[in-house]
Order: sequence, then C-alpha cells, then structure tokens
Amino acid sequence: MYFPGFSYEAFSACVLVMLWQTKHLLMFVGKITPNLTHVLGAVKKPALCSRSAFTRGLKTVTLIPGDGIGPEISVAVMKIFEAAKTPIQWEERNVTAIQGPGGKWIIPPDCKESMDRTLIGLKGPLKTPIAAGHPSMNLLLRKTFDLYANVRPCVSIEGYKTPYTDVDLVTIRENTEGEYSGIEHIIVDGVVQSIKLITEDASRRIAEYAFEYARNNQRSSVTAVHKANIMRMSDGLFLRKCREVAENFKDIKFTEMYLDTVCLNMVQDPTQFDVLVMPNLYGDILSDLCAGLIGGLGVTPSGNIGANGVAIFESVHGTAPDIAGLDLANPTALLLSAVMMLRHMGMHDYGKKIETACFDTIRDKKVLTGDLGGKSKCSEFTEEICRRVKDLD
Amino acid sequence: MATVKPLPPPAKYGGRHTVTLIPGDGIGPELLNHVRELFRFSCVPVDFEVVNVCSSTEDDINNAITAIRRNGVALKGNIETLHTLPASHKSRNNLLRTSLDLYANVMHCKSLPGVQTRHNNIDIMIIRENTEGEYSSLEHESVTGVVECLKIITRTNSLRIAEYAFKLAREKGRKRVTAVHKANIMKLGDGLFLQCCREVAAGYPDIAFDAMIVDNTTMQLVSKPQQFDVMVMPNLYGNVVSNVCAGLVGGPGLVPGANYGHDYAVFETATRNTGKSIADRNIANPTAMLLASCMMLDHLKLYDYATMIRNAVLTTMNETRVRLNSPRRCSPHTFHN
Repeated sequence: MYFPGFSYEAFSACVLVMLWQTKHLLMFVGKITPNLTHVLGAVKKPALCSRSAFTRGLKTVTLIPGDGIGPEISVAVMKIFEAAKTPIQWEERNVTAIQGPGGKWIIPPDCKESMDRTLIGLKGPLKTPIAAGHPSMNLLLRKTFDLYANVRPCVSIEGYKTPYTDVDLVTIRENTEGEYSGIEHIIVDGVVQSIKLITEDASRRIAEYAFEYARNNQRSSVTAVHKANIMRMSDGLFLRKCREVAENFKDIKFTEMYLDTVCLNMVQDPTQFDVLVMPNLYGDILSDLCAGLIGGLGVTPSGNIGANGVAIFESVHGTAPDIAGLDLANPTALLLSAVMMLRHMGMHDYGKKIETACFDTIRDKKVLTGDLGGKSKCSEFTEEICRRVKDLD
Repeated sequence: MATVKPLPPPAKYGGRHTVTLIPGDGIGPELLNHVRELFRFSCVPVDFEVVNVCSSTEDDINNAITAIRRNGVALKGNIETLHTLPASHKSRNNLLRTSLDLYANVMHCKSLPGVQTRHNNIDIMIIRENTEGEYSSLEHESVTGVVECLKIITRTNSLRIAEYAFKLAREKGRKRVTAVHKANIMKLGDGLFLQCCREVAAGYPDIAFDAMIVDNTTMQLVSKPQQFDVMVMPNLYGNVVSNVCAGLVGGPGLVPGANYGHDYAVFETATRNTGKSIADRNIANPTAMLLASCMMLDHLKLYDYATMIRNAVLTTMNETRVRLNSPRRCSPHTFHN
C-alpha cells in the first residue's frame, strides 16, 4: 500500500505499533533490525523493492513454515540462525492451494512472487488433506517452479545410533517425470495402464546436475541406477544420457548399477556408494531407504533444485499433528536442510558452524527431543544448539 | 511349498523325476553343478534334462520352455540380458516367466543362525506378482526423445496373487499380510491392486491385513524388519523389497526363490543374480541354489531328501571350519555333508 502525503517513516511506525500485537513480532522481541525488514517487506509495494535479493548485505530467503509442527520448527531454525548471526532475512509466506483463473489450482501469488524474487526457499512440512479436490501442495510447488532435482545427502549422525555407521552418500532423483507422470487409463474394466514417461531433456538435465553437484562438492563417483534390462527403451534412454554427460566430466568416475543390485548392496555395505542419480520412482524408494539407514525422515535434509536458479530446501517428514503446538518437535531435519541451503548459497562457514553445533548437541545426548531418545523440549534443544553456536564463535 | 496346488508332481518314470535344468550365465552353471553333485552323492531320484540357453537366439529359450512344459518343474540359473541389444530382444528370464504364467514369486527370508547380520529375528515371506506390472515390456517412442513405458495392472492377476498370498499365509500359520503399493501416486494402477487385496482379505478374517507405501516399507525394513510377516506386492516393488530383505539376512548367496504357476514351478536363487564378476572362480556361495533345490524336492514331495539336504546345508553353515566370506573355496563346502 502506498499513501501519498504520508511520510514513509510515520506510516512504518504506525504499522509497527499495530503489528506489536501480533504473535510474529512477539517472537522477535529484542531483535529489532531483522524484524523491521520483515515488516517493511510485507507492506512495501512489490514494484518498489529491488529485484535483487540482497539488501544491506543480507540475503532474503522465502520461508514457508507449513502445517502441524512446521511453525515451531521454523521458529527454532530462525532462532539458531540468529544466534549464528547469519546474514539471512526471512520472508514468511503461506502456501495453500487456491483456484486461479480458468479453475486451475495454483499457489498464492504472493508466495510465487516472493520465490521468484528471492530464488531460495525453506519449507516445513505441508499437509495434503484427503479428498480436498486439489493436488498435493508439494506437487503444485514442484510444477510451479519446475523443481527437477531432488537432492538428499544421507550422512550418519554420530550420537544417533543406527545399525549402519559411516553412511555418506547423496541421492539425486529426477523429480518431474518417470513413473510419477500421473498418466493413467482404464483400458477396459479391470485393466489399468500407468504410463512411465522418460524424456531426453529431463534425463540430460538431471545427469548434468548430478555431475555438477559431484564436482562442486568434491565427490568422487556418480552411479546411475536403472532397470534397463527390463525397461530397455525408457531406462535405456536415461542411461544413454547419463553416459553422454559423463563424457564431459572425466574427473568423476561414472558407474551403472541395476536397481536391485543397489538395494541389495545398500543394506549390506552403504559405504560403497557416493552420488546416485536415478529416475523418479527409484529415487523415491532409494532416498527413503537411505534416510532409513541414518535414522529416518526426522533427521534427513532435502533440497529441490529448479530451473531458473530456484531452490527450495525442505524437511521431508510429516506434519505430526499429534504433537503440533506441544513444543516436542525435533527441528533437526529442517535445520540440516537450512544448512544445505547455506552451502548452496555459498555460506559454507555459517553452514559448518550450525551443523557442528547441531551434531555436537546430538552426540552429547544431554538435551535431546523425544524421537532422538531424550526427554527435552524443542525449545530446550534449540537453546542448546544456540548456546553451542555462540561458543563456536 | 506350493501345496496350494492339489495336483500330484509330474513326470515320474520308474520312480525317478525328470527336472529341466537351465544353467544360465555367470555363476549359474557352477552352482547347478554343485546341486547335481550333491544329488548324485545323496542318491536323490531326480534326473536333470539340461537345456542351455544362449542369450542371443530365440530357439534356445523356446526349447527351454517346451522342456519345462514337458517336465513340469525346473531349476535354473539367471540368463543374462545384455541391455545394449535393441528393445525387441526381450529378457529371457521374463519371457520364461510370462510364457509359463509363473504368476507367483515366493521368497522366504529368514535370519540364519551362524550368519552375522545387523538385524536378527527376521522371518518375512515375500510374494511378488511375477507376470505383469512394470515388467510388461511394452514401450514405445511416441516422439523422438520421449519414451513411454506401460505398467499394466489387471484385476484378474491382482486377485490371483492376493489369493495366493492369503492361502499361503493360512497354510503356514502366518498372522498378517501387508500389501506394498504406491497408490497415493498411481491411484488407478496400484489403487486397483490394493482394492483387490482388500477384497481377498475380507475372505480371510483370521489373517490381519494392512497396506504400506513402498518408500515407507523400505525405510521400515532397514530400521525394524521384525515387524513384517507376509508381504504381497506388484512386480517392481517386489524386486526392490526382495533384494532389500535378501541383503538384510546376509546376501544374495543365501536366499532361495521359487516361481509358481498353475501347472509349472521353476526354482532359482531369490535375487536372480548372474554374478559375472565372480564366475568360474569357485568362490560363489552355493547355499541359495542348494536351498532352492530343497524347495524343488519339497514340491516333488520328496520331503525326506529335502530335509536331509537342508539340514546338511544349515549345519555346514554353522560349522566353524567353513565360513561365509572366507577365502575358502566353494567345493569343499558342498562335500562336507
């Protein structure tokens, strides 16, 4: 809104007073500067702000708290980032499906505008109500921003014991086509066909991303996972594109492995794998398998990379409505996703600091949330990490 | 194990059974040689009709299929599928399964005493639909650079496999059947499969039925595999889950598998590996193939021989002299009993 005749400072002061009543401002008591920018960001006319995501050395990130435990773990992450003095300012947006012109389901325009501007997003869990009539929010986000690569680094967390130690691999999954194209038909009564779509462009794009990722993160090998012995043409095409891209990345070792062999070897010796790239369904299964190796979705980070430079990092666990609002949630997954985000933005030092604090807290086992085997509250866990972050300075 | 079929075992002449033997590629021939040696040593009344299948021609696989039709029972190694060949060249193993309508692939994953694994007390039966689903081999390139692969799910086959799973669960005294699916995404395809399972479950009130999404299933399998009892699923998920379970109990060399149809039964290792990298080096683990041959003997109603050989194999595995993953050769293991 813009009222000619009013001084901008006076207007901001009025808004500030009004917003002091709201819960959002109460959360930021004592931290005036990021608070003000957050408020100003909401009232400024979009055309007036600069298209760049940088304001006063701060990078703006779109934050989608989500549902259920989403808001509380988002608050935890913001607190930890404050403690680490990361130059990040948050723009909170909500994502609910609304019907746009033509009856098509879309995400709210302010969220889309924010993401298009900031290009980086952090998302909590979103619930998909059954029989709501609209597709899942995750699917809508994926389609809106063409999030073609889902990246999940799975690293064993010292202090959170699982039967598997020394896991250190990354699954890169093609996120737009494959078995999840959603194209199904009933041919005759009792016979259904589902179509798995594999295209040259999508396969090349994901292969290129996988090799770039491997190179940028000093990983030594990329393994393409496929079932080309059975699905000769489709997985064969995927494999061919991977091989072609591998030619341009001679410094990275490229191997191919059948899906069943990968599953078999993964549960026996996960240390033999480094970066895995695969189509949609295999990626879904394998990324959850690998998450299970390190302790489940509550401690697994995830990132979605889109075309046009958009990247949304998210926690992949559910909304846990049974513990929502009870200060019992574990923010580790969202925090590690946020660390992934920092690394993506080039802020490796901050990422390392926060990650070390988090892992040290878990290794120490003194302050842990219920799912990690402790009895502490979410806020206590967050405080402990904040304390360690400050000590690391 | 396929006592769901009331017909007597086939092809018995002069008190001896004839079984088709398909050596396959990689480690198949050497493992099946061990089986033959063991049967000869134990005086098992089974004669093997050996049919070699070379990966390139059509005639060989047709000969093999005819031989299995004649004998009713087969023991096979995995036939390699070179995926560099054009798409018109179908997987020989798949061709065999679909031609003989071997609709149920059954695998029993049990933690073996004497085998060190990360998880203990695993006892899961996996029943996998073997003829349709993602393995329909129906693919086409509609536009250059865009390939479509069809996954077919039919009511008939889904009902059939669910019926088989519940019958087997009841026969073996198992308490729960879990259907593995991805019906939240593939609403029509896997939705149909799930619906069929539910319909069949209604006819077995003594057996509990639940459903689990495949990605959650794999996650649960690596953290708490003891929660699963009997699992039934379409073809591709069956491939994934059976390999995960085989890895959990100790590897591909330990678990036997069986493929059952109405009229035929084919026995092989559960994970169907060709094992090219370890072929002809006398280091392949024959346990899976030996236990598969025991399953075959059970099918032929030669229970005494089956029990004798099975006990011998399991006792050998417990012995301190011969260990898995040791540099010891494969052959002394076979002759120990």
